[in-house]
Amino acid sequence: MTPLGRLPVPDRIRRRLERQYLIGRAVRRRRVLHAVADRTALIQPKDILAFVTQRNERIRLPYFLDYYRNLGVRHFLFVDNASDDGSSDFLREQADVSLWWTDSSYKRHRFGMDWINWLLLRYGRGHWCLTVDPDEFLIYPHCDTRPLDALTDWLDASGRPSFPAMLLDMYPKGGIEDQIYREGQDPFEIARWFDPANYSISKNQYLGNLWIQGGPRTRAFFSYDPLTGPALNKIPLVKWHWRYAYVSSTHMLLPRGLNHVYDESGGEMASGSLLHAKFLSTFAQKSAEELDRRQHYANSKEYRAYHSGMQRGTTLWCSESREYQDWRQLEDLGLISRGNWA
Amino acid sequence: MSFQVRLGVVLLCHADLDVAARMARIWAEGGARVAIHVDAKVPESHLGPMKAALAGLDGVMYSRRHRCDWGRFNLVRATQDAAEALLHEYPDITHVYLASGACLPLRPIADLIAFLAADPQRDHIESVSAHEVGWAVGGLNEERFTLYFPFDWRRQRWLFDRFVAWQRRLGIRRRLPRGVAPHLGAQWWCLTAETLRLILNDPRRAEFDRYFRLSWIPDESYFQTLVRRHSVDVESRSLTLAQFDHQGRPYQLYDDHIRLLEESRCFVARKAWPRAARLMAHFPRPMTGHADMSPPQPARFQRMINRTVMRRVLGRPGLYMQSRYPRKDAENGKTSAPYAVFQGFSDVFPEFETWLTDRVSGDVHGHLFGPEGVEFAGRPEIGPGAISSNSMLRDHDAQGFLTALIRITTRMQIFQFSPRDNQVLNWFIATDPNAHLIVVTGAWMLPLLQSGMPFDDIRRVTALLQRAEIEQLDVLNSVWVKARVQVHDLSDFLSRPLALLDEAVRQIDPQAAPVTDLPRMRDLTGLDDLLRRLRNSGLRPRLTGDGLPLTNIDDGQRRSAE
Repeated sequence: MTPLGRLPVPDRIRRRLERQYLIGRAVRRRRVLHAVADRTALIQPKDILAFVTQRNERIRLPYFLDYYRNLGVRHFLFVDNASDDGSSDFLREQADVSLWWTDSSYKRHRFGMDWINWLLLRYGRGHWCLTVDPDEFLIYPHCDTRPLDALTDWLDASGRPSFPAMLLDMYPKGGIEDQIYREGQDPFEIARWFDPANYSISKNQYLGNLWIQGGPRTRAFFSYDPLTGPALNKIPLVKWHWRYAYVSSTHMLLPRGLNHVYDESGGEMASGSLLHAKFLSTFAQKSAEELDRRQHYANSKEYRAYHSGMQRGTTLWCSESREYQDWRQLEDLGLISRGNWA
Repeated sequence: MSFQVRLGVVLLCHADLDVAARMARIWAEGGARVAIHVDAKVPESHLGPMKAALAGLDGVMYSRRHRCDWGRFNLVRATQDAAEALLHEYPDITHVYLASGACLPLRPIADLIAFLAADPQRDHIESVSAHEVGWAVGGLNEERFTLYFPFDWRRQRWLFDRFVAWQRRLGIRRRLPRGVAPHLGAQWWCLTAETLRLILNDPRRAEFDRYFRLSWIPDESYFQTLVRRHSVDVESRSLTLAQFDHQGRPYQLYDDHIRLLEESRCFVARKAWPRAARLMAHFPRPMTGHADMSPPQPARFQRMINRTVMRRVLGRPGLYMQSRYPRKDAENGKTSAPYAVFQGFSDVFPEFETWLTDRVSGDVHGHLFGPEGVEFAGRPEIGPGAISSNSMLRDHDAQGFLTALIRITTRMQIFQFSPRDNQVLNWFIATDPNAHLIVVTGAWMLPLLQSGMPFDDIRRVTALLQRAEIEQLDVLNSVWVKARVQVHDLSDFLSRPLALLDEAVRQIDPQAAPVTDLPRMRDLTGLDDLLRRLRNSGLRPRLTGDGLPLTNIDDGQRRSAE
């Protein structure tokens, strides 16, 4: 990924060079971002910030913003990748949103992570930063009774700079396009099913993160080549320092200590989940569009697989699917854990 | 109850002064005198709003400010000064309660006063002998008193650790002041003014202070130790509900704890999350007419906390997830429930799976680790927990596959196994106390009998499977085995199948009915002929037992590694 190639460099130094490369890259490429609405002056010292890249997600945005406002996110920093569905105008009018616009290639900017790394570096320092997509909704232990700052305060007190939240693909019962998603609607009224126990884990020794795969996408779309299925491990919530950088999406970070969000001697650390509302009625259109643009990871292999799957009329629901209730259910299933946050 | 309790409170405040001001108001309005100590690290400008919020309130005073560092003596110094000031200003005080700005009174102050009045000579302070191991969590126990601690644990961790290691190496042991037995306990106490005066005015106080200045976390030992010199009646239990996690950090209280806290009947709890608005509004509970003297009952709350600590330290057995990924042999429970593995039975009895399904309570699967795919019971494409039957997915993380299956199902999992299957979990299963393995060695040869394959192919397959099973038996015969293992060789099994089958079924399910009939057995004709041909072709069949041919059976072959 980096210009180091296969040079014989010790891992420690290689990681440091990679991190510096990623930060340098983010700084260099900040010029493709054009500020549309810069309200970052409103950010207060202890605010929790959300960083989002979006393209043509107009219909999802109202619920997304409300959801995170309720959790306690104080300011949203959006990068709009040349939307043409009016989402840019919508975002510009929100009082707690700062918006940047770019028409550069999503793919050539490491799937948007160069942009996000820059905004994190510039505005995220010293804040708890949540980096999510517009179809990802954070669930954490006690999220029904405690706001997000309760979690971040506790993480601060425990000396933990990062919080993991595994991606949990949600899908409706029946065909994905059967129920039409309306703007402002809770997507989990429709997509309220998930796979409870088919996740595989392996450890990445170099970056120290866990590599989690599985779920309905692997089961339904990637059974011919399961090992290329999408990664589900994510670390979306980080107390940012200018030295940090996301390596690949929000799956892992450098320095590698931030990826160490799991206990290896038998105990459980606290973790949450990102409910993934991808499989809604908007999905088929989106996947066709993304397929045309060829801007996604691994030559849009994912979207190609989905699209062919969709046209065969695939439903993701199966008799073993579980209906989502609340975070306690996820904890009982062992998908998330409260750790020692009583 | 003629005794009149005059309560004084020493309130140590570090941050969140607005919350601390609310607490001070609660105490003062409840009739207590309050001496507030504000950490000298808090800028003067933050003090203004607090003083403004408490202006006009009787019985509130501010003591000399000290800089407070966690685990250092300056915390004790701050307490001493504040207590002295309080006792000097209000000489009629009978009891002094030490609380922090984050301590939330749960019951009316009048309840506390009534409770104290019931036994006015009693000092409520947790005070456990330091020789009693195990009070302190995540720290040193006795060494707190026998080593020197000049460095700050938070800011000078490296020096702190080096210095402790160096002293240990040199065998340094501080001498305790004469006549002092070190005691530890929670930092928050309630002493009678009499006892407190005796401690503060002790003629040897300078000596004690000098000693405790270089001990570690003296706020958990200074008063706890000295109270034993002066008090006649120590109730070794803190009136403040404070729970610590496995690293010695206090738990925070949130809105959702309201019910548990109310049930705990504690007077004071810490530490409230500063923005838990509902919690703060709910407590303290209003007076109910007359003062309630019932003692605190924190057991239920403590159980909840202890459960959480257990989860953090030990985790749930057999769970592998994003925030629990134990190293090999540090799993604390490799799997979550007992399961059974039958090896060779489906080769001897082709319909063994369905036969067993009717006889035991449990999910009887086929070959879960078979090369063609996962044979879940009933052969669905998607098994329990939406686990795919794709063999590639299974082999990608075979351990995760098995542990997830066992964890997501409610009944006992029973599956078939053979040397043809994926062997990667042999060590995992053999070292798992939840596993029950019943093995008939050499049984894999029976399906070859009627396979109709050319002899050369049979010979090659036999060599492969035999090697696989010998490697597996090496594992099962090792000293590391934790599973319940029973190994029979084929000839032994065939000599008394009913008895062995009955034994196996009843071991995995004690409630099962006795086995009286055998499932259909595979036709064995030609087995001795095949064995002879294999032997003559240079391959020694080692696992079927010496007893074959079947007319001459030797009974001493049964091996058990139970």
